[in-house]
Amino acid sequence: MSGRAARVLARPEAAAAVGAVLIWVLFAGLAGPPFRSMAGTASYLNAAAPLGILGVGVALLMIGGEFDLSVGSIVGVSGMSVMLLTTEVGWSVWPAIFATVLLCLLIGFLNGLTVVRTQLPSFIVTLATLFILRGLTIAAARGFTRRTQLGGLDDVAGYDLASYAFGSAPFAGLRVSIAWWLGTAALATWVLLRTPWGNWIFAAGGQAEAARNVGVRVGRVKIGLFMTTAFCACLVGILQAVRFTGADALRGQLQEFYAIIAVVIGGTLLTGGYGSVVGAVFGALIFGMVRQGIVMAGVEADWFQVVLGGMLLLAVFVNRYALVRAQRAS
Amino acid sequence: METAVAPRLEVHDVSMRFGGVVALEHASLAARAGEVTCLLGDNGAGKSTLIKIMGGVHPPTSGAYLLDGEVVRFRSPSDALSLGIATVYQDLAMVPLMSVWRNFFLGSEPTTGWGPTRRIDLARCREETRTELASMGIELRDPEQTVGSLSGGERQAVAIARALHFGARVLILDEPTAALGVQQSERVLAHVRTAAERGVAVVLVTHSPHHAFSVGDRFVVLRRGRVVTDEPREALSVDRLTGLMSGASA
Repeated sequence: MSGRAARVLARPEAAAAVGAVLIWVLFAGLAGPPFRSMAGTASYLNAAAPLGILGVGVALLMIGGEFDLSVGSIVGVSGMSVMLLTTEVGWSVWPAIFATVLLCLLIGFLNGLTVVRTQLPSFIVTLATLFILRGLTIAAARGFTRRTQLGGLDDVAGYDLASYAFGSAPFAGLRVSIAWWLGTAALATWVLLRTPWGNWIFAAGGQAEAARNVGVRVGRVKIGLFMTTAFCACLVGILQAVRFTGADALRGQLQEFYAIIAVVIGGTLLTGGYGSVVGAVFGALIFGMVRQGIVMAGVEADWFQVVLGGMLLLAVFVNRYALVRAQRAS
Repeated sequence: METAVAPRLEVHDVSMRFGGVVALEHASLAARAGEVTCLLGDNGAGKSTLIKIMGGVHPPTSGAYLLDGEVVRFRSPSDALSLGIATVYQDLAMVPLMSVWRNFFLGSEPTTGWGPTRRIDLARCREETRTELASMGIELRDPEQTVGSLSGGERQAVAIARALHFGARVLILDEPTAALGVQQSERVLAHVRTAAERGVAVVLVTHSPHHAFSVGDRFVVLRRGRVVTDEPREALSVDRLTGLMSGASA
């Protein structure tokens, strides 16, 4: 094997890329033409996009050695914030979106600050924020409107342009959310592999003490990662609110787990310090293909969760093998 | 000769208490440019505490810290690092899952480009990593290989080369030969000598009198938090050094 080929296969996302091809072949066979068609392709890419966007933030954060279980709740906060600021407060769409982004960045900052200052595991801190934010979202929706599902965003000023940017499907059924997904993934990959921040992220997750010893401000890096993750969740909430012209206080539930699964399938280690955003893209793609493929193949949709859990276990085994390889002489 | 050259770094009469526990009592150590000062002692003698004070991790409970004869005070290890005092900790010097070049430039990445396109100068990082390691006699197979795939001795060499590259004036090495075989230890000790020959003030922490005596110019022995010996090479032998460490002859 040539050196270049060996290096590509040693990348953390290699197994997920191979897995994505195998899953495609499997469902192309099981489900046949509906899966292979343009409409079928659009359906699994559209399903993968929101999870893929969450996966971008979660992958960076997990490489940096932390978890965020509150991303699903932030999706709910984001959509509800846009709706309340427009339909209840009376703002037009764009200022509401802008304020919502600031709100989510603040939530991410507080998540990060709490983890860094208290030194508590982020698993526990963000498990707490998962419930706090979800409860606040429901309470705020009910407090303002006595409902937990709000609609009518399309009657608000500025919706047309927002719909074009966040809610449209400009090409052959492919939604604009796919462009947001691949765009954020490309930007995150560049930051991770080509900028000093990326170097600090790997170091913060790989051996935080060694990073501090050479002057890396690990706390700052981690807070930045929590804010990035919150931003990604915010974007998903906005995309969905604009597309569905409304929000549900329960939107985003379980997404935190799906995002972690996509990231782990993508070859990122749960313990931090190793992984890739490109892998998380393949992880989300696999997720989308399996979810839509099972339905198209005529299998009961209940089986989706079984397959998902099975793939997670398989991915953890593969990752452990990859970790051993990375530590060994090439 | 030792007394003729002013020390580059000197800790004078420092004591350190953690709660009620006394880790160091009235300890002093001076490191001079171009010399290897060995800090010896058994486990728990206070070696780690002393180098953490020198590296800026802990401010001492009492005593003076002088750099080039002037009193300095550090709030963090990066304060010490910015004044050219580099510490290579035994297990915490490197990030094992990161490549050699990423480790080499961690925290001081050279960049190219402007504004939002500012990015790591990859070609320069790879090239400089390779040449710096080559100058220490290490031929890197591939700068992309992870530090975890290097031998223990190679890891120490990378850490020493990194400190020298970034202009360390004082280099503190925490047990660099612990857990290494004979051949690898010898190579690491040769790197220690190279660093001193380049004009760096080296502090070598070890509990091996043999390793210390093969490269050291001056020897400081700690026992239960106190300095029991501070003598130049001419006044000592390996046997006497061994005895001093165990407390057999004082």
